[in-house]
Amino acid sequence: MLVSTTLAACGSSDGRVQLTWYINPDSGGQAAVAKNCSTDTYDISTQVLPQDASQQRIQLARRLAAHDSGIDLMSIDPPYTAEFANAGFLAPIPQDLQDAIKNGGGPTDGPPKAFGGAVDAATWDGKVVAFPFWSNTQVLWYRKSFAQKAGIDMTKPVTWDQIIDAAAKNGGRIGVQANKYEGYVVWINALISGAGGSIIQDAQKGVDATITIDSDAGKAAAAVISKLAHSPAAPPDLSVSNEGTAGATFGGPSGSFLVNWTYIFHNYDATSPDVAKDIGYTMYPQTVAGKDARPPYGGIGIGVSKYSGHIDEAMKAAACITNPKNQGVNADMTGNMPSSADGYAYPALAKSYPADLLKLFQDSVEAAAPRSVTPYWSDISSAIQSTWHPPASVGESTPKSSASFIDEVLHGKRLL
Amino acid sequence: MTTLTTPAASSAASKRSPVSDRSIAENRLGQRLIAPAVILMLIVTAWPMVRALYLSLFRYRLTTPDDRQFVWFRNYLTVLGDGLFWRVTLNTVIIMVVTVAVELVVGFVFAMVMHRIIFARGVMRTSILIPYGIITVVSAFAWQFTFSINNGWVNSWFDWLPWISADTNWYGAHWPAMFAIMVSEIWKTTPFMSLLLLAGLAQVSEDMLEAAQVDGATWWQRLFKVILPNMRAAIMVAVLFRALDAFRIFDNIYVMTKGAQNTESSSFLTYRQVIEQFQLGMGSALSVLLFLTVLLLAFLIVRLFRVDLAQARGEG
Repeated sequence: MLVSTTLAACGSSDGRVQLTWYINPDSGGQAAVAKNCSTDTYDISTQVLPQDASQQRIQLARRLAAHDSGIDLMSIDPPYTAEFANAGFLAPIPQDLQDAIKNGGGPTDGPPKAFGGAVDAATWDGKVVAFPFWSNTQVLWYRKSFAQKAGIDMTKPVTWDQIIDAAAKNGGRIGVQANKYEGYVVWINALISGAGGSIIQDAQKGVDATITIDSDAGKAAAAVISKLAHSPAAPPDLSVSNEGTAGATFGGPSGSFLVNWTYIFHNYDATSPDVAKDIGYTMYPQTVAGKDARPPYGGIGIGVSKYSGHIDEAMKAAACITNPKNQGVNADMTGNMPSSADGYAYPALAKSYPADLLKLFQDSVEAAAPRSVTPYWSDISSAIQSTWHPPASVGESTPKSSASFIDEVLHGKRLL
Repeated sequence: MTTLTTPAASSAASKRSPVSDRSIAENRLGQRLIAPAVILMLIVTAWPMVRALYLSLFRYRLTTPDDRQFVWFRNYLTVLGDGLFWRVTLNTVIIMVVTVAVELVVGFVFAMVMHRIIFARGVMRTSILIPYGIITVVSAFAWQFTFSINNGWVNSWFDWLPWISADTNWYGAHWPAMFAIMVSEIWKTTPFMSLLLLAGLAQVSEDMLEAAQVDGATWWQRLFKVILPNMRAAIMVAVLFRALDAFRIFDNIYVMTKGAQNTESSSFLTYRQVIEQFQLGMGSALSVLLFLTVLLLAFLIVRLFRVDLAQARGEG
C-alpha cells in the first residue's frame, strides 16, 4: 500500500507526469476540472484540504515551508495569497498569462480577463501571483413570503437596520456568520467597507500598515452587529453561527433574511422544495442608508508551488483549470461562480440559475470589497476575532480597542 | 519520573559496601547496553527541547523567514506581561482543579464498584473503562454534538430545569462553555482515575478492615480511618498524573469551542502561536513556560502531599 502510494507520487504507471492539486472541499467541481485538464503528458489528481479556510492555510503553509515537492497546484483562499507570495511559496506566473488575466486577449483555452476584484485579490507586489478560478460573493437572500408579511419593499436597496427591524417585528431570525472564525471577519469587513471605511490602509507596508478600523465606518459596523445581537431577530446560535447553521436558520420556521454565498441558492432544492420556491434575492444590505453596499468577496485562486518538480506542466494545468469553460463547469457543479464574465457565459449556468440572479452575482462581485491584501491578514483577522467576538459584546468602543490591539499584535507586543 | 526515585536508589546503593570488580564490570556492560537507547532518547526528546529554548530567543515567523531576529528574552517578557497569558493560565488551573476533584470522587466510587462487585464483574469493569478507550477527539465531537444547540440532546432532556431551554446556547458564553468542556474531560478520564484507585484499593488489607469491623467501626469510619489512609500513595499518584494531564488539555477545547468565549488553555494558546500564527519564537517561549509550569506543578504536588512514587510502585 505504502509502496504504491509512493510510486503514484512520482509518476503514473503509464509514464505521464503526475500533478497533485490540493483543493478545498467542494461537491466535485474541482475533481471534474482536474479530469478535464489531464492530458497525454500529465495527469492531475486532487487532494482535499480541510473545510475551514484557516486550516487550509495552515496545512498548505506548513507543507510549503518544508519545501514539500508533493504539492504542484493548490486552491488558495484570496486573503492568504499575499502571505504565500510574500513568503516565496508561489512560482512566478509567465508574463503573458498575467497579462491575459489582467487585460484579456489570451487564448480561449487559457485564463480569461478576470473581474477587477479577482485580479486585486490575486495580485501581490504588482504581479499576478495566482490564477483567479472562482469568485464568490454574498447577496441578501430572503423568504418572499416573509418579506410580504413584513411589508418590506425588496425591489429597492435595503439597509441592515430595515431588515433587523422587519425581522424583529415579525418573529423572523436573520442568518449571518458570527462564530469566532474567518467568516465573521468577512461580515465585519463588508459592514465597514459598506460604510465607506476599511480595516487597514497602506497594506503594502506590512506590519506598519495604517490601522483604520477605529473610524465612523467602524462604529457604524459595530452598531449593526450590536443591534442584531440584542434584537429578537438574532438566532439563538448567533455566536456560533457559520454558513451552514445560518442556512439552516433561513430554511427553518423563523427564516427571514440571510446573507450568504452564491452556492446557497440550490441548497434547499432536494431537502425543502417549499423553501427553494420561496427564495428571493437582492443586493447585500447597506450599512448606512443611501451608501452603496460593498458585499463580501471570496473565491479561490490557483497557485503553482515553487517547490513543485514540474512547474511548467503545472502552469499549463493552471491555465487550463481556469479557462472559461472549466470555470463554468465548476460553477455549474458547485455553485461557486466564475471569476470572469467569460466564465458566466457557460451555457449550462443559464439553465441552473435565473438570468437576474446571474446578473446580481456579477454586479455583486464588481461592487465587492476584498479583504485587505497583506501578508499579515491572518494576524489582523485573528485580532479582530478576539476583540469583536462574541457579537453581543460589540459596542461603540470595540473599533477603538481592536485598532490598538491589531497594532500591538502586528508589532509583536501582544499575544494573539 | 525516574529523577524522583534517583535519590532513594543512590542512597540505597551507597549503603552497599564494598563494590566488587565483578559488579563494576557488570555496571559498565549495563551502561554500554543502554547507551543506544539513551542516545536515541536524547535525540528525540532533549534535542527538540533545546531547540525550543533556542528558538524562543528569536522573533521568527515561518512565513517571513528573512525577518528572523535575535531578541534575547523579549518573547518571555511579552508573554508574561500579557493579560491573555494569565487569563489562559487561570482557565487551565480552573479546568485542572475542578476536573481532578470531580474525577477523584466519581473515580473512587467506580473503583469501589469494580473492587466489590460480585456478579458480572468483567462486564462491569469493561464498561466503566470504555470512555478511556475512546480517542479524545472522537469523544470531544460526541460531547460537542451533545451540547449543540442545533442537534444536541442536553437541551431537550433537561429543559425541565429552569435555566435550560431549547434555545440555550452552551457555547455562547464563558461558563456554560467551560462546563461543557469539563464534563467531556471528566467523562473521558474518570476511568483512568478509577483504574489507579482500584490498584490502591487492592492493596488495602482485608485483615485490617475485618479488625476495624470487629472493633465496631461504622462504614464511614472504615472508609476514612482505614481504607483512605492506606491507599494514600495511590490517591496521590492518581492526582499527580491526572493533574499534569489535565493541565495540558487541548483536544476537547479545539473540537468544542476552538477557544471561543475565553475557553483557551495554555496548550491551546501555544498551539495557536506555533501552528496557526507560525510564530516559532513566541510559540517556543510559551512551550518553555508551559513545560516549566508543569514541572513546578509536579514539584508542588510531590512536596505538598509528600508523594512517594517508589512506595506507590511497591518498591518502598
